[in-house]
Amino acid sequence: MRKNLTLAWRNIWRNRKRTIITAASVFFGVLLSTFMTSMQEGTYSKMIDNVVSFYSGYIQIHQNDYWENKTIDYCFTPGNSLLETLKNTPDIVFHVPRLESFTLMSHGNNTKGAALIGIDPPKENHLSKLSHWVVEGNYLKPGDDGILLAVNLAKNLGVEVNDTLVLISQGYHGASAAALFPVRGILKFPSPAMNNMGGYIDLKTAQNFFSVPNQYSSLVLMVSDYSEVNRVKHSLKRDLADSYEIMSWDEMDPLTKNMIDADRSGAYITKGILYTLVGFGIFGTVIMMMAERRKEMGIMVAIGMQRSQLSAILFIETALIGLIGVLAGFAISLPLISYLVFHPIPLTGEAAKAYEEFGFEAAMYFSVQWFIFARQVLIIFILTLVIYVYPLVKTYGMKLTRALHA
Amino acid sequence: MNVIEVKQLKKIYNTTEVKVNALNGVDLTFEQGEFAAIVGPSGSGKTTLLNMLGGLDEPTEGEIRIGGTNILELSSSKLIDFRLRNIGFVFQAYNLIPVLTALENVEFIMQLQEVPKKERQQRAIALLEQVGLGDRTNSRPSKLSGGQQQRVAVARALASKPKFVLADEPTANLDSKSTANLLDIMEELNRKENITFVFSTHDQRVVNKARRVITLEDGQIISDLKKE
Repeated sequence: MRKNLTLAWRNIWRNRKRTIITAASVFFGVLLSTFMTSMQEGTYSKMIDNVVSFYSGYIQIHQNDYWENKTIDYCFTPGNSLLETLKNTPDIVFHVPRLESFTLMSHGNNTKGAALIGIDPPKENHLSKLSHWVVEGNYLKPGDDGILLAVNLAKNLGVEVNDTLVLISQGYHGASAAALFPVRGILKFPSPAMNNMGGYIDLKTAQNFFSVPNQYSSLVLMVSDYSEVNRVKHSLKRDLADSYEIMSWDEMDPLTKNMIDADRSGAYITKGILYTLVGFGIFGTVIMMMAERRKEMGIMVAIGMQRSQLSAILFIETALIGLIGVLAGFAISLPLISYLVFHPIPLTGEAAKAYEEFGFEAAMYFSVQWFIFARQVLIIFILTLVIYVYPLVKTYGMKLTRALHA
Repeated sequence: MNVIEVKQLKKIYNTTEVKVNALNGVDLTFEQGEFAAIVGPSGSGKTTLLNMLGGLDEPTEGEIRIGGTNILELSSSKLIDFRLRNIGFVFQAYNLIPVLTALENVEFIMQLQEVPKKERQQRAIALLEQVGLGDRTNSRPSKLSGGQQQRVAVARALASKPKFVLADEPTANLDSKSTANLLDIMEELNRKENITFVFSTHDQRVVNKARRVITLEDGQIISDLKKE
């Protein structure tokens, strides 16, 4: 093996310029691809972060079948084993309880159907920064008996801060639920859909209103990184043995997930074209290498080198050129991307405005996750394997007498 | 004892519209320690015969036995291994591995035979000294003259301790001084170590040195002379 490696290493430097040019094509391929993937993943991560922190969280725990029915009859009291499991799962940063149902909201002659969400005000603010969107009035205090209304809903109902709203709904197992709620504040979200959604009241007040003391409709979990979501979800499913419905953000918000998937598919095509070009660069070098050294290869087999060993040397040569390009690519991309992770590129002008309107920070984010780099090694390795078919076929099909007189 | 035995060897090339009988029923034997030259005009079948003896090409008909083994019955990989352990090659254009030094070129064949490192290094140095290149062990082929490269090729051919050495026009690219020097080295190895050498050649100087001269014409042996 060592001799094969030595031979391969010396062989690739026989034509120094060609090797450098080929490795350079790999280098630029890796650099562009890592940069592109890092930016994509960073943006997705930020996008998901924004989406989950507005409402859904990364993971939610419900009573089984809650998501299908979404009624107050599917709320639950978290057992000790659930709370213990959440506490012992290191990637869960914190969890927030909610009690959510549907109500009729009425003021004067106006009545609208809307969602009513019972929240723990400080915890919810930690998750979704809800107080940030209060444009009139104040945010809820713990034990508050008032309500926060989304701006469009407030407009449609014709209410302002300090007006009183009548709420009518169905409580637990058909009990009637009705109460008066003074409007504490008006919320204006960046998303138009959320501005029509409904109102927020204190969790205890909501539990009393719906007659479900100490019960929640969901526990919203935040995890340390979105790439950990699936792992945490499966770990919870395993530990909680199907006692609860555990849903990840993408199951609750398939639209965002589909948008990211579609964007990823587009990027795969771009990267596919990029690597096809890189592959042809390597392939061209291999063809030239084989043509130049046909006689030498014939001599090697004639004096006793097995064709398998010869083809192994050719594989190592191809892989080495790829590896040089990959390592050189990493040497530049890793520090550059690491820097950009901590120093995102700020956006200006119209692009910045568009980002800010949606409540996103106007900057391009990067990610430095290991798979971005590991994938490049894998792609180059696969390219090498595919290209290797050519020397393999040529080596095994080589007629010695012709090669010796080439 | 016969090192090589060839019976009714025929080779017909069908690559063009006209069939070419490169070898037309050759019967031949070589004994241990021979220093033989195969001569004849271009197209007489010298190189074809040498390729057959070296297991580099397959005959259309006939039998080739080397040290009693019918090499035509060996699989491709076994034949390569057989060549590695039994046959030494010296080619017209030296054909050393350009990225290896003289020492590494000689060692290379022993490495294929899995000879331990220390043993192969000692033997490679000894062989290079025998061919007069003890001071050029670390030179790559590009730094050696044609004659020196061919001497490295002879050392490489002998490194595997072969039953015989096949040399195809070994002096064709050498000047007269290098030719004389190379032939002297090979003759000395033949006499001292009883190594069998079979040459295909046009070179009269090689013919003069050879103790047996086989003449081919149109793929047939027309004379087989042994000198006293």
